[in-house]
Amino acid sequence: MKLNTLTAHELLKLLRKKEIAPIDVVRSVFQQIGHVEQDVKAFLLTMQIEAEARAEALEKEDVNLPLYGIPVAVKDNMCTHGIPTTCASKILSGFKPPYDATVVEDVRQSGAVIIGKTNMDEFAMGSSCENSGFFPTHNPWDIERVPGGSSGGSAAAIAVCEAVMALGSDTGGSIRQPASFCGVVGLKPTYGAVSRYGLVAFASSLDQIGPITKDVHDTALLMNIIGHYDPRDSTSIRRQRQDYTAALQGDIKGMKIGFIEELLPEGTEAGVINAVENAVKVLKECGALVEKISLPNLNYSLPAYYLIAPAEASSNLARYDGVQYGFRSKEADEIIALYRKTRRAGFGAEVKRRIMLGTYALSAGYYDAYYLRALKVRTLVVREFSQAFEKYDVLIGATSPTTAFKIGERITDPLTMYLSDLCTIPINLAGLPAISIPCGLSNGLPVGLQLIGKPFGEETLLRAAYVYEQSATPIGKPPLV
Amino acid sequence: DLARLEMTDDELDTFTSQLNSILEYASKLNELEMNDVEPTSHVVPLKNVFRDDEVKPSLHQDDLRGSCSPYFDGEFFEVPRVIEE
Amino acid sequence: MKYLPTIGMEVHAQLTTSSKLFCGCTTAAFEAKPNGNTCPVCLGLPGVLPVLNRKAVEFVIKTALALNCEIPPHSRFARKNYFYPDLPKAYQISQYELPISKNGFLEITVNGRKKRIGITRVHLEEDTGKLIHPEAITSGSAKLGGDLSLIDYNRVGIPLMEIVSEADIASSEEAVAYLTKLRTILQYLGVCDGSMEKGSLRCEPNISIHPEGVEEWGTKTELKNLNSFKAVQRGIDFELKRQAEILETGGTVIQETRRWDDATQTTQTMRTKEHAHDYRYFPEPDLVPLEFDPDYVEQIRSTIPELPDAKKNRFTEKLALPEYDADILTSSRPLADYYEAVLTNFHEPKTISNWMLTELLGALNESGKTIEECKITPVQFAQLLHLIKKGAISGRIGKDVFKEMFATGNSPDDIIAAKGLMQVSDAAQLEAVVEKVIQNHPGPAADYRAGKNKALGFLVGQVMKETGGKANPQMVNEIIRRKLS
Ligand SMILES: [Mg+2]
Ligand SMILES: [Zn+2]
Repeated sequence: MKLNTLTAHELLKLLRKKEIAPIDVVRSVFQQIGHVEQDVKAFLLTMQIEAEARAEALEKEDVNLPLYGIPVAVKDNMCTHGIPTTCASKILSGFKPPYDATVVEDVRQSGAVIIGKTNMDEFAMGSSCENSGFFPTHNPWDIERVPGGSSGGSAAAIAVCEAVMALGSDTGGSIRQPASFCGVVGLKPTYGAVSRYGLVAFASSLDQIGPITKDVHDTALLMNIIGHYDPRDSTSIRRQRQDYTAALQGDIKGMKIGFIEELLPEGTEAGVINAVENAVKVLKECGALVEKISLPNLNYSLPAYYLIAPAEASSNLARYDGVQYGFRSKEADEIIALYRKTRRAGFGAEVKRRIMLGTYALSAGYYDAYYLRALKVRTLVVREFSQAFEKYDVLIGATSPTTAFKIGERITDPLTMYLSDLCTIPINLAGLPAISIPCGLSNGLPVGLQLIGKPFGEETLLRAAYVYEQSATPIGKPPLV
Repeated sequence: DLARLEMTDDELDTFTSQLNSILEYASKLNELEMNDVEPTSHVVPLKNVFRDDEVKPSLHQDDLRGSCSPYFDGEFFEVPRVIEE
Repeated sequence: MKYLPTIGMEVHAQLTTSSKLFCGCTTAAFEAKPNGNTCPVCLGLPGVLPVLNRKAVEFVIKTALALNCEIPPHSRFARKNYFYPDLPKAYQISQYELPISKNGFLEITVNGRKKRIGITRVHLEEDTGKLIHPEAITSGSAKLGGDLSLIDYNRVGIPLMEIVSEADIASSEEAVAYLTKLRTILQYLGVCDGSMEKGSLRCEPNISIHPEGVEEWGTKTELKNLNSFKAVQRGIDFELKRQAEILETGGTVIQETRRWDDATQTTQTMRTKEHAHDYRYFPEPDLVPLEFDPDYVEQIRSTIPELPDAKKNRFTEKLALPEYDADILTSSRPLADYYEAVLTNFHEPKTISNWMLTELLGALNESGKTIEECKITPVQFAQLLHLIKKGAISGRIGKDVFKEMFATGNSPDDIIAAKGLMQVSDAAQLEAVVEKVIQNHPGPAADYRAGKNKALGFLVGQVMKETGGKANPQMVNEIIRRKLS
């Protein structure tokens, strides 16, 4: 049996019984990387030497460490001490942070082995990984297609078993949409549940780190590691530590589920509608009460998001100016030229587009018309969700209106690209937890079912997702595995 | 240009038309009557998050040198001439 | 034509917290290597987040209350976006539409007239780094051939309190009075060391003039780089004169930021309105809102010490000090504290004040020292005054002892003993000296007997000379009078 194809909870059983050693798992993962990475290109950096050394050192450590010997891939927008962290941007080329992100620290302490940094859309801006400043990542189900984004590298690596678990980040759907496209599980936790310290900011009020794994059980395991209060993040919420795997017990009989019409928007692919409706059937069979509901204000989420996120991004990305670290244009002989030339050469088109959009939305005279209006829409979206949650335990819909599209298909038209996040964005605006799990195939490509929870309703979400996963027919593995 | 991004006229044209279509799309928000709606800049239910006034060790200067900050000479960060505005 | 000045002041005060506003780096500039007091957070490295220093917020509230401000229940931070290499994140975390406090006032006295200066707001923000320009380097650095600038981020993130006044100030004298009073209050509160030279207190006046009888204010200019009270006074005067001259000759004042140049004693254009920034303020998403309930505010209010005005009133009313003395003694908290410490050990308010105003301040002035550096403890100071009072030494010798105490820090008893300065009050010993003086100076003795009182002074002087000034003057007087009557 190939160890790299197992889940973390399966591997942990074998590791704890000492039937296998961490180095076996790590080697099997790197073997797969050797086989498929040239086609998939999920990683910006693989760390075989460090990973093997760590795996060997783990033999002397406690096998009961929560993620003992599990190979983890980290999206390249999370800081790793002494290891390049580029956000897939040329402007950060050569930058090695002098510190670890809180989640990276957590993962190291859990006994897991960090095996590399995964590709992404530059600064997490995009839905296809085509905006990487270095190269695009390919979908393991069809290498002509995108893996989704921005955490496309992490999702592809999990789908193709180049890693056992991965960390992604989600600002407008960047964990869930690639999880959906790659046929894996991706959870965006409640805003404030996972520390953002060390996550290179895109849109601070929306960004959240979360797991991308092969199944729901693994998602719960990784949440046990990263889901905790952190005094270094002022927006982190102080809560008792949870055992998320406890949520996997129990059934969903009588659970009230609202099926949001707006999350199967006009133009949704027929195969996606089909798969999601089948999933609804399965949930009903498991005893859940599913009703269709309409949340009309969600239709305004997308334009609001494309004002709020770029506005925050324009400010967050202003620091990349060649003064302290990363890329610096050599053509400048004074500071303003340095800023302009460095940023021109260092940023890709999508990043520039969003910086300009955000700068515009915040500038004098437009703030009220754009930014402030968008913040008010945010209020309406929050309100609409909380009203829905007075009646329902969980809300569901599609994760994306389509399956993975072809590389190059949407890249020239930003607005069409933005529409791929239609179903995921409202959740970020409201700061809610949401998970995408595979719910079938459409023309041989994975479809994602999105489940949305109340603030800190991760347990309910995980239980519903787990029950579904146990009851539904698995979608299988992509051809490259 | 507030964003401090240099671009050619061609790039500027493309961007301008793309931005215009995005902004036109954003004008969809004008459909909503929102005079009485409070803006939400943040969804966390938190207030008054503080730390105590305690000194922690600063970064060791060796950590800054090299790959983290190639423009740090061990003492200062070096930049091209700054013309006082 | 007569022009009326309208001046508003923007003051930035570095708060005396131990750590920076959003990270644990020390604020102690003392002996720090360039960039030695920095960390990922204050350097604004990718991925870092700010966490607010509680004490800095309390310092602002405390100051705001002392300046009679309201503390609205809601407040928050905002990002002020602009590019400058001394600002590592390319935005400054500051406050915009919801400052910690607003609507206060400060009362100043100029030429005996009291005036209220409105305080628009007091808010909290982070300081920027320091740029070192090639022209500022005199020699030694080979790297600076004129095409490089250097940055030191030690100051980045030090908490700054911004105090903005209404445009209620009508002259450079009022501006200086406002600033002096404000500085004294900050020092009393212990929230800022108040040094303009070191840059812990920075002041940027907005200045405009308009012809008398015209309602509308003129175009204002903002003045920067005022590093002393003298510079504030001269800078404002220069600017008022410059603007008046422009208007006199039919010109128009343009809205701009001007820089005071100490060397030429003039102001020069720094930035005109066309180059004014659009700061694109928006709520700081990495920090959560502040909410202050009245109990919390009252709790902070209770930590406010007696402020200069109240202290001065107490000194004039309860201690019966003249206004002039009270003014000087309360002008700085260390001085007032010193005075009160002496007072607990020696209960003659006016005597202490006399000694402090003349001897102590004189000596401090001469030596260029501050009261904190004074070697004489308040207890020693009180001992000295006791010795004089009970006649152990004369006032004149007391002054010498004081100088010695100031120089060495030794106690007055030790100095008197070591130098044998104890006043001679032994009647027999003094009789003998007087006898001798009368014998040696028969002329003046006869004069005195003949009723010429002036001669007494001469004879007393001779006795003092014989005893090295140590004779008890009252006893000498008495003995001479008796002997020559
Ligand atoms: Mg300011
Ligand atoms: Zn720091």
